[in-house]
Amino acid sequence: MGLKRGHHARPGEWIAEKFIFLVALSAIVMIFLIFLFVAREALPVAFGKTSNSAVTKVITPDQMDKMSQTELMEYLELTPKQLAEMDKAILKELMLVKAEAAAEAPKDKDAALNTTSWPLMLKPHPWTGYDQPEYIWQPVSQIPKYNLVPLIIGSLKTTVIALLFAVPLSLAAAIYVSQLANPKTKEWLKPAIELLAGIPSVVLGFFALIVMASLLQGLFGYQSRLNAFVAGIALGLAVIPVVFSIAEDALTSVPRTYTQAALALGSSKWQAAWKIVLPAAIPGVFAAVVLGFGRAIGETMVVLMASGNASIVSGNLFDSTRTMTATIAAELAETVFGGHHYRILFLIGALLFVVTFLSNMAGDVIIHRLKAKMEGKT
Amino acid sequence: MPAKSPPPEPAFEAQLGRRRRWKLLIAKQETIPWSFQSTTFGLDSKVFTGLTALATVLILAILAVILGNVLVSGLPGLSWRFLTSGTEKDMFDVNKAGVMPMILGTAARVILMTIFVIPIGVITAVYLTEYAHATSAFTRVIRGAVNNLAGVPSIVFGLFGLGFFINYVGGNMDALFRPGAAEPVWGKPAILWASMTLAVMTLPVVIVATEESLRAIPPGLREASLALGATKLETIIKIVLPQALPGILTGGILAVSRAAGEVAPILFTGAAYYMATLPTHLYDQFMDLGYHVFILSTQSPNIEKTRPILYATVLALLLLTFTLNIVAILVRARMRKKMRALH
Repeated sequence: MGLKRGHHARPGEWIAEKFIFLVALSAIVMIFLIFLFVAREALPVAFGKTSNSAVTKVITPDQMDKMSQTELMEYLELTPKQLAEMDKAILKELMLVKAEAAAEAPKDKDAALNTTSWPLMLKPHPWTGYDQPEYIWQPVSQIPKYNLVPLIIGSLKTTVIALLFAVPLSLAAAIYVSQLANPKTKEWLKPAIELLAGIPSVVLGFFALIVMASLLQGLFGYQSRLNAFVAGIALGLAVIPVVFSIAEDALTSVPRTYTQAALALGSSKWQAAWKIVLPAAIPGVFAAVVLGFGRAIGETMVVLMASGNASIVSGNLFDSTRTMTATIAAELAETVFGGHHYRILFLIGALLFVVTFLSNMAGDVIIHRLKAKMEGKT
Repeated sequence: MPAKSPPPEPAFEAQLGRRRRWKLLIAKQETIPWSFQSTTFGLDSKVFTGLTALATVLILAILAVILGNVLVSGLPGLSWRFLTSGTEKDMFDVNKAGVMPMILGTAARVILMTIFVIPIGVITAVYLTEYAHATSAFTRVIRGAVNNLAGVPSIVFGLFGLGFFINYVGGNMDALFRPGAAEPVWGKPAILWASMTLAVMTLPVVIVATEESLRAIPPGLREASLALGATKLETIIKIVLPQALPGILTGGILAVSRAAGEVAPILFTGAAYYMATLPTHLYDQFMDLGYHVFILSTQSPNIEKTRPILYATVLALLLLTFTLNIVAILVRARMRKKMRALH
C-alpha cells in the first residue's frame, strides 16, 4: 500500500481548494466582463462600421436579381441568418421601403453625413442653421448630432469644481484628524466624516436640486439655477469622504517615530504634521486626489439632478452643463436597442470605464508603493 | 582689501555643554533664528491648526445641515399611512401616495443581492487571507481588480447589467427555454438582473470587510486546530469562519447600505417608474425607494405641492441606509474590541 500524498490523500479537500481559487478569480473576471460587454455594444461605432447617412444610392427592386447575396445583405443591413430566412417577396418589399425612405430623406446637405463617424463625434462641424463650425450633441433630431466634446467638457468642468472644493477641505480635515486632534476626539471624528459616504448620491442630488441650487443662486446671483457650479459643489460632497479616508490612512501610515523625532527636536505638533508627516505621505495624498477624480467623473445621480443637463460648450462655470454619466442615465431608456444612439451611449460608458480604470490603477499603485515604503521604515 | 572683523570667538561657547549653550542662546533672544522663533512660539502654528480644525468642523456642519434639513422637513410627512400605503391612484398625491411598494422593492433587491454577493465575497476573502501568498504578483492582481471594481462608475455597472445580464444571459435563456416566444421573459429588465448587477458592484465591500476580520483572528487559533489534526479546510470552516462571522456580517450590512441607496445601476436593469402590483417573480420589475426620490424631485408636476412626500421619501431612504450603516459600525467596533482581547 503506497503512501497517499497530495490531492490523492483528500480528494474532497483538493476539489474544495480549487473551487475556492476559482471563485477568488471573480473580481478579475468581473472587471474583464464589464469591459467586454460594455465595449461589445460600442464596437461598431468605435470602428466606424455604422452609418446613418440618409442619402444612399437607390437600387430599384427590379435590379435585385443582378445583385449578389453579400451586396443585398449590405444594402438592406441584414445579417446572413435574416437573409436566409426571407423569401424573394419579402426582400422585394424591403427594397421598396428602402427606396421610399431614401426619397423621403430630409432635403438638407447634412442628411448625407454619417454623423456616427469619429470626425463628426469629435470635431466641430458647420451644421445647417449654424453660422460657424460647432460642437453639437443633439441625438434626437432629424439629423442626429453626436458630438462628444460638450459632454466631455461638462464632465471635466463639474469634476474640476468638485475637486477644487473637496480636496483642500478634506486634506485639511485629514491632517487635523490624523495628526492634530487628540485621540479621544479622533475616535468619533473619523466615523462621523465617513458617515457622509453613507448618504446615497440620489439624496445628495436631491439636496443640491431642492435646497442648494436656490441658496447658491441667491448668494452668487447667477442666471441659470442649475449649473456646473451647483453640480460641482454637490459632487464635492460625494468626493470628500473618498479623499478624506484615503489621505487620512496615508497620513496615519507614516510611522509615529517621525512625529516623535520632530517633537523631540522642539517642533510644534503643526510643524511635525506639515513639514515631516505630510511630505512623507505625499504620494498617498496624491492617490487620494486621483481616486477622488475617478469618483467625481463617474458619479451619475448628483450631476443628473443638479447640472441642468444642457449640452453647451462654454467656459462659464455658471452655465448649465451636461456630463457623460448624466447623458447615459437620461437617454439610454429612450434609445432603440442596437441603434446608433444606443451604441454611442455605450461608447461613452466604455470611455468612462477606461478613464476610471486608469485613475484607479494609478491610485492603487501609488498607495501600494507608499505602504511598502512606510512598512519598510517602521 | 577690506579689513574683516575677526569671527566671534567660538572657543568659549564650544567649551560649554550642549545645555549651557542652549540656555545662552535662549538668553540672547536676538540670535535665535527667525523661523524658529516664529514657528515654535508664534502664532502660525495655532492659526494653521485652527484652519484644519475649521475644515473638519465645516464638513461636519454640511453633514449636519443635510441631515437636519431632511429630518425637519421630512418628519411631519413620515406617517404610518405613508409607510404602509401604495400609489394606486396618483404617485404625486400628497395625501394618498405612500412608499410601501418602493420599500418592499428596495428590500427585495438588496436581500436577493446578498444571496449572490456574500458567498462569492467571503470565499474570495478566504482565498486571499488563508491560501494566497501575501506578496505574490497574482495576489496583487486580484487585489488590484478588487480595488478597481470598487471604483467603476455606478452608471457603467448599469450598462454592464444591460449588456451582460439582460441582453446576453437573459437573451440566451429566452432562446434556450422558450424558443420562438414573441415576448422576452428573461431578456428584459427584472429584479433578478438588478440584484446581480448590484452584487457585482458591492463585491469589493464584502471582500474587504471579510478580509479584515479574517486577518484579525490570531494565528494561534489556526495553529492549535492544525496541531490537533484538523485539515486546513476543516480549520477554516469550523474555526476561522465562525470567529469571522461579525466581520462577514459587517461586510454584508455595509454592502446592503451601499446598494440600498444606489439608483444608477438599476435605472436600466430593473427599476420601474410605476407598477400597479408588487413584483412576484424574479423576472418582474420593481419600484425602488431611491429611484422614487429621483422621480419625485425631477418629474413632479408641482414641486412645491409635492415637497412633503418628497422629503418624507428621502427621510425613509436615509433612515434605511443610516440605520444599516450605524449597525455595521457598532458590530465592527464590538468585533475589534473582542479581537484586541484575544490577541
